[in-house]
Amino acid sequence: MNASDNHNNETIISTKDLCVWYDDFQALIDVSMEIPEKSITALIGPSGCGKSTFLRTLNRMNDLIDCAKTTGNVYYRGQDIFQSSMEVSELRRHIGMVFQKPNPFPMSVYDNIAYGPRTHGIKSRAKLDDIVERSLRNAAIWEEVRDKLRQNALGLSGGQQQRLCIARALAVQPDVLLMDEPTSALDPISTTKIEELILQLKENYTIIIVTHNMQQALRISDGTAFFLLGDLIEYGSTDVIFSTPSDKRTEDYITGRFG
Amino acid sequence: MKTNQLPIRRRAYIATMKTIMWISALITCALIIGIIVYVFVKGIPFISWDLLSTSPTYIPHHIGILPDIMNTIYIVIASLVVMVPLGAGAAIYLEEYATNQKVVAVIEYAAETLSGIPSIIYGLVGMLFFCEFAGLRTSILAGALTLVIMNLPSIMRTTQESLKTVPQSYREGAFALGAGKWRVIRTVVLPGCVDGIITGCVLATGRILGESAALLFTAGFAHALNGFFQGLMSPGATLTVALYVYAKEQGEFGAAFAIAAILMVLTLGINSLAMWLENHFKKLREQGYPQEKSKE
Repeated sequence: MNASDNHNNETIISTKDLCVWYDDFQALIDVSMEIPEKSITALIGPSGCGKSTFLRTLNRMNDLIDCAKTTGNVYYRGQDIFQSSMEVSELRRHIGMVFQKPNPFPMSVYDNIAYGPRTHGIKSRAKLDDIVERSLRNAAIWEEVRDKLRQNALGLSGGQQQRLCIARALAVQPDVLLMDEPTSALDPISTTKIEELILQLKENYTIIIVTHNMQQALRISDGTAFFLLGDLIEYGSTDVIFSTPSDKRTEDYITGRFG
Repeated sequence: MKTNQLPIRRRAYIATMKTIMWISALITCALIIGIIVYVFVKGIPFISWDLLSTSPTYIPHHIGILPDIMNTIYIVIASLVVMVPLGAGAAIYLEEYATNQKVVAVIEYAAETLSGIPSIIYGLVGMLFFCEFAGLRTSILAGALTLVIMNLPSIMRTTQESLKTVPQSYREGAFALGAGKWRVIRTVVLPGCVDGIITGCVLATGRILGESAALLFTAGFAHALNGFFQGLMSPGATLTVALYVYAKEQGEFGAAFAIAAILMVLTLGINSLAMWLENHFKKLREQGYPQEKSKE
């Protein structure tokens, strides 16, 4: 399936017959999907439908789960990410991730942002200073933390921590940002700030976001994919999915009849 | 009928049980305090600068325990130097790298079993393996290596437990930025559990100080004063072994009680140090990990 009716952007990530098992439980069933560049794609569906699994497969974070097994293909800019020639740390540099619960490291704000660049070999103080400032500005949190760069990041508020995590992900100059319910642990004001930020980031990044909040999907996304019990039920432009879904189950879900 | 009072039999039963528990607690406390007081009363009069700072001579009743103190220090250092990297490394492997949970369970079970074996058996094995087979003879080094094997399981287990306290979300965050396994461990996992490792070391030091059975076989009874490296290769008594020798073989009870008093103070000091370190690191962790170095 693809949602390219609405955009003319090129496909950046595509999956073909992607299946994921956790031991004997099949969490994803033959998911084929094409995601356009520089757009926001929302993944929706009830808990346990496989949307987070799908997201975590795209940068191979599921490799960390011992019992997970994957078949099918995922292509990032035409390259099969499961090929042995694919360096997983390079893949994750290009496809960054923001988690449900803000997870800054227990280090200073500066060190949090510099962690990624340092990992990829940048040691010069001047360059790091530059990256830290640019990333924090891009994540719309520079003004709030510019005087607190040496303080422990755990002292920031939840919403600030989440924007810090976004800045941390931006610091390695990714192409794609995967976001796993990034606002579900935050208050409404922080949520609004992060949504505004996501809309700005669309200019330069491809964003794939898992959300439980229908309104959020409707407010920010260009394309929406509806998952149910591991199946990709429907995928199309957000306007179409929310106004005239073609599948009865999609309609039931977005009108709040279940889930 | 009165409703607010229990029948007399039940009240008597409750009172009796309470008294029995109280007496048990009293006897336990009295025994512990009694031993401590007894050892200090018997030992302190014999502690003198002369005792602490000289070697024993053939002059009757002149005893100095400086060599025994030095041997104890050597054996603690040698054991820790070998034990910490091995134990922590094993723990990191089991917690962070090993994927086969069955193998991990078997190793953990073996470690639990090992830590329950009486130390004299380690002494016997240490004597046959390190002193005879490996050709180290009776020496501080053979003793230290025997203690390493004895204490490895506990260092490994404490390190494992502290690795478990580092939130999984830190690891995920670092992996998601493209960090490799070792970098994640070095920069995110280890700084979060260094307190557990250090506390484990301090407790191991306490056990080494108190060990005698395993050392009787492996480290010997000599009271010669040596430098560190020469000391490692020579036989030597630690404080606990010296205590045994003076009390059992030479009838020098004054010296034995003096050593006992010193050991008790040391144990107290080490336990306090372990507690202090734990609190200290807890505070440090709230402030965040130390900064990584960058080039100007």
